[in-house]
Amino acid sequence: MSEDVTAGQASATAGLSDLDTGPGRLADRLDTVELATSTADDEQPWAELGLKADEYARIKEILGRRPTTAELAMYSVMWSEHCSYKSSKVHLRQFGDLPKSDALLVGIGENAGVVDVGEGYAVTFKVESHNHPSYVEPYQGAATGVGGIVRDILTMGARPIAVMDSLRFGRADAPDTARVLPGVVAGVGGYGNCLGLPNIGGELLFDECYAGNPLVNALCVGVMKHEDVHLAKAEGAGNKVILFGARTGGDGIGGVSVLASETFDAEGPAKRPAVQVGDPFTEKLLIEACLELFAQDLVTGIQDLGGAGLSCATSELASAGTGGMHVDLDTVPLRDSTLTPAEILMSESQERMCAIVEPGKVEQFLAVCRKWDVRAAVIGEVTDGDRLTVDWHGERIVDVPPRTVAHEGPVYERPMARPADLDALQADDPARLPRPTTAAELQAHWLAVVSSPDGADKSWVTEQYDRYVRGNTVLAQPEDAGVVRIDEQSHRGIALSLDGNARFARLDPYAGAQLNLAEAYRNVAATGAKPLAVTNCLNFGSPENPEVMWQFAEAVRGLADGCRALGLPVTGGNVSLYNQTGDVAINPTPVIGVLGVHEDVRTRVPAGWRTAGETVLLFGETRAEFGGSAWASVVHGHLGGRPPALDLAAERALADLLGALGGEGLVSSAHDLADGGLAQALTESALRYGTGARLALDDDVFTALFSESTARVVVTTSDPGGVKRAAEWAGVPVTELGTTGGDALVLDGLLDLPLAELRAAWSATLPALFGGPEHGTPSTVPAGTVPTS
Amino acid sequence: MRIGVITFPGSLDDVDAARAVRLAGGEPVSLWHGDHDLKDVDAVVLPGGFSYGDYLRAGAIAARSPLMQDVVAGAKQGLPVLGICNGFQVLCEAGLLPGALTRNSHLHFRNRDQVLSVERADTAWTGDYEQGQQILIPVKNGEGRYVGSDADLDRLEGENRVVFRYVGGNPNGSSRDIAGVTSENGRVVGLMPHPEHAIEDLTGPSTDGLGFFTSILKAVVSA
Repeated sequence: MSEDVTAGQASATAGLSDLDTGPGRLADRLDTVELATSTADDEQPWAELGLKADEYARIKEILGRRPTTAELAMYSVMWSEHCSYKSSKVHLRQFGDLPKSDALLVGIGENAGVVDVGEGYAVTFKVESHNHPSYVEPYQGAATGVGGIVRDILTMGARPIAVMDSLRFGRADAPDTARVLPGVVAGVGGYGNCLGLPNIGGELLFDECYAGNPLVNALCVGVMKHEDVHLAKAEGAGNKVILFGARTGGDGIGGVSVLASETFDAEGPAKRPAVQVGDPFTEKLLIEACLELFAQDLVTGIQDLGGAGLSCATSELASAGTGGMHVDLDTVPLRDSTLTPAEILMSESQERMCAIVEPGKVEQFLAVCRKWDVRAAVIGEVTDGDRLTVDWHGERIVDVPPRTVAHEGPVYERPMARPADLDALQADDPARLPRPTTAAELQAHWLAVVSSPDGADKSWVTEQYDRYVRGNTVLAQPEDAGVVRIDEQSHRGIALSLDGNARFARLDPYAGAQLNLAEAYRNVAATGAKPLAVTNCLNFGSPENPEVMWQFAEAVRGLADGCRALGLPVTGGNVSLYNQTGDVAINPTPVIGVLGVHEDVRTRVPAGWRTAGETVLLFGETRAEFGGSAWASVVHGHLGGRPPALDLAAERALADLLGALGGEGLVSSAHDLADGGLAQALTESALRYGTGARLALDDDVFTALFSESTARVVVTTSDPGGVKRAAEWAGVPVTELGTTGGDALVLDGLLDLPLAELRAAWSATLPALFGGPEHGTPSTVPAGTVPTS
Repeated sequence: MRIGVITFPGSLDDVDAARAVRLAGGEPVSLWHGDHDLKDVDAVVLPGGFSYGDYLRAGAIAARSPLMQDVVAGAKQGLPVLGICNGFQVLCEAGLLPGALTRNSHLHFRNRDQVLSVERADTAWTGDYEQGQQILIPVKNGEGRYVGSDADLDRLEGENRVVFRYVGGNPNGSSRDIAGVTSENGRVVGLMPHPEHAIEDLTGPSTDGLGFFTSILKAVVSA
């Protein structure tokens, strides 16, 4: 089954505007339920809206007539890939089948999962993609991506406390990257900064495969007390439906179906009008108003308006509830009075929420909104029946069973096929690649890896993000994980990491998803936190390509198996498909987020070296593993072979050890080894505070430096004996590498790499590509002002 | 000792300013922009953020809020006022401090740990520092470039009203590296960097910012 999606997409926007004015009869008449019943055979532009013939037929069967224009609009957006998960659903069920976790308070299916982090606190976190909008309109696409995920977290009843961003672009030196990246970074920063949410970390990676398909994945985390959890359902006949926040305009109409659900066609028309425009100031007011509404117990059920706007919010609220819902569309506050009812239902105007409120509490609800200058309107009520009905100018234009719109959309078991090139790719072992043979070559490869766009200093990006606001940020980029305090009295806090190595996933999606899970898990553990729960953002190409579908299914299976082995629940996630231009799909990119808990954030372990004279130890075993490595990619432009071996039992033992050492204050730094191996890790730890080290690596220095074997962490300690004993007791291999100190990284008898030279290479890359700072200093604290610890 | 912290729509660092007051030993008092009520506080902090989304000009709309009329009147009677970042912008827009804050010269929002030199240790908010002392506190802004005409800047420097200068790199292109200024009587101080983000070892690059808040407690007692 390979239908011509690009043809449908090319005219989707046109199809929408044709809804009420298009061929024939609808120009002058409102398309009511009554009219739809009497004109059952009239033709409708279902194909232009992205529906397939059998999907349209099913809508007619559900309704017993043709849908009205407004109903057709609702079904088309809600049954789009983005909203219905129709291609991914059959696979995602594996996450729900994982063993029950005591930590999971609310699981998959709600806006975001909720995890118990102790002391009565609950944390909700989720990562979501805004890939296609960010390519079309980088600033607004990225900004509204942050806005959308923040509203998801708010909807659960939580105060949003931090954001992260995981970004991928085409080649760093490609002209289009210079167009897209600065706008995306400014958009992530512009929205998050204005909202008052610290950005605590993320990823920035480059690969040819993302040219024309950048990935912009945004994560938000929020905190609340257990009793404050709110759910998205409409209950209690007679309760009022209140729409509050920004007015509804014409922006983003059909955004999810047009942008997120179909492949970009190089020949297609510009899609600019379908991207939404964000207003973080309004969202900040919405956050404060919502939290006050929750605190005063004025909300029975709540849902944010994201993709598919009012269509989605009303149908999901009604579908999850016990009754029906009636909405009077004339009461929706509009920014543009010329919008048609179908457009109002589909508009993706940002910064809007929909609440279910008891009649006796409506006045109080509206008063809180007035205090925060938030516009609010009663637009309908919960009914006894099982229908979602919508009126416009006194006439019925929607009358549907809400479950059929929101939860009972089409489900596909798409055909799958192992990529034809995979055997050849895996057989292309990097063992054949020339290795450095002299010290000078070794040094050149080292500098090449750490100054590559993937390995280089990310300050050019992260300096555009506020990491201090709210005063609870304990660790942020460039640390292994972001750490945020959630209680100032007890010092309890959380740690979060996002990781998504797509080279590994390209070589083996089943292993790749697990390796990403392992890396995020290890990053969280390196700070001393106990890993607790998992979220994910699965970025893939077109599901209509059987090879992509196979990659997707393998990645999901891998993630589910990995979570089972680590004993972690999946709390929710997001799927982004159709990430391809023409026939070329992106590398499969499962971005995995792991949340951990710190009982006392004062014991957190940072990644940088501050103190001279400490012993540098390596935990874990190093094997000659270069498949998908940064070294192979940077030095040889090579992707092939097998990704490094996965050992989740070793990861688990390592995480337990790191948690114990952190809690006892036995290690003063810990840094995960991943992309770029030991060379990258040593560089980052040394440059953080300008402390070098003298090290002795074993005979195969090349492998020691550039292998990407998993389950490894470098630590420094003033008590090597105690740490070694703990490692041996935990069954974690430990190797002594040397001692911190000096202003160079010295490999005994082999290399002497001055930190100044290393820093110059590492920190120059992004400013050279995207514009250097005109003022100011290198990214670390100036000499002579060593921070207190 | 009651130190008011104003919340405007879009204020972000109000919780941080209140925490700083508390850690310094004072009692933070929340003040609401729409009320004509200073709640008998001994001093006022205008926190950072994006009041009114920086619409029109950063700080312009907040400067015209009901409570700011009381702040301006109070300042004229000697009420100590500290404006941080967006609060500094509001004070300039309200006419309590000279000059203006404009878009950073490099056009990016920039967040980094910044060294400042303390040029005046005799204002209501800087008594616990030494003149010439270097302190490390975060700076984070998109519109933090302090500007004025040469004549105005000459006069400002002539009157010794520059309280802080950027050292080791100017993060936003501010004229003459000016990071903060004060009123003629030294009771009103505004600066772009964020002392409230440098009050705990755990969360800040230093604890150098706490001095603002301990200074004001002493200044109020001795006034």
